[in-house]
Amino acid sequence: MAEPMKIRALLKGDVADIRVLVAHPMETGQRRDAAGALVPAHFIQSMIVTHNGKPVYEGQWSQAISRNPVFAVRVKGAKVGDKIVVSWTDNKNDKRSDETTVAAG
Amino acid sequence: MKFSNRTAVVCAVAMALTMAGGTAAAQGKADDGLALGRKMLAEDNPGDLWVERGQRLFTERRGPKNASLEKCDLGMGPGVVKGAFAQLPRYFTDTDRVQDLESRLLTCMVELQGFKREEIVRNRFGTLDRDSDMEALVSYIGAASNGLRMNVRLTHAKEREMYKAGEYAFYRRSGPLDFACVTCHGESGKRIRLQELPNMTKAEEMREVIATGWPAYRGTHSTVRTMQHRLYDCFWQMRQPDLGFASDLSVALTTYLNHSANGGEIKLPGVRR
Repeated sequence: MAEPMKIRALLKGDVADIRVLVAHPMETGQRRDAAGALVPAHFIQSMIVTHNGKPVYEGQWSQAISRNPVFAVRVKGAKVGDKIVVSWTDNKNDKRSDETTVAAG
Repeated sequence: MKFSNRTAVVCAVAMALTMAGGTAAAQGKADDGLALGRKMLAEDNPGDLWVERGQRLFTERRGPKNASLEKCDLGMGPGVVKGAFAQLPRYFTDTDRVQDLESRLLTCMVELQGFKREEIVRNRFGTLDRDSDMEALVSYIGAASNGLRMNVRLTHAKEREMYKAGEYAFYRRSGPLDFACVTCHGESGKRIRLQELPNMTKAEEMREVIATGWPAYRGTHSTVRTMQHRLYDCFWQMRQPDLGFASDLSVALTTYLNHSANGGEIKLPGVRR
């Protein structure tokens, strides 16, 4: 079960600054555990941000991104109260989707 | 033409070096560049994820006794987390001991939830393979005191005793390297590699480092670490015998440190290298 994300969306002018804390192990598949066994790769593959239902960011992520990453995008033409939804899917087909509304900065 | 271009580049590099050198010498600090990086990190502190998880763990019914921690008395009454961090460690009548946040949580998890003490102690520090509940709970309870000021009172005789013992341990040199806490933390502007060491004999630096220090998200550990871990690691660095989790010595040192930081404004979790 995936832990929830923490999302902040603050409006500055007409640009919403969206910052996301993602809880994910982002295992590269290279690390060995205490017993010496290879830890299988486990990482977010797809990251999508929508603004009032319209996709504004679609990214293919890889093992190169850190554990518990901080992720930020800026959305132009946003207004206070707009709905921002952030969703990810990882290589084990785990999913998580969290949303917030844009607040005045 | 080519030659003059190259000269220009060399000059620019030389100038940059001189400026960098000048800045470092003038401010006498190793990590001014790092300070900026830390400030940026603190804006999006992954430790906030531990705060949320800690809150869930605190209110969820868990353990063999299927109980939440909402009856856990951290010194402010059962289940009250706001302000709890600010006044710990303190004396608790039920255990007849002075306890810091971690040792008190340990008591609650054993007494209220029925967890095995050894199990919690074994999982006290999270690894990449397994998160620690203790680290999440401490993050949550620490953050619940944000904006308040450290206010450890030494009213009970045992609290004063612990403070004295902590102060003694802080200054007492021992071990194969003949180190005390104060060996590294007795002068301003000292560092280990690029890591600046707070001068804990100065009230101002003490307040800052305690009230905004631990629990902190450690980038190199990918998890939140608590004061117990910091002390444990200091003891390892001094090549002392392992500091027992929630041991009297660790609580004594925490009592001394936290009391000396009274008045510091709490802002947790911190974020560290």
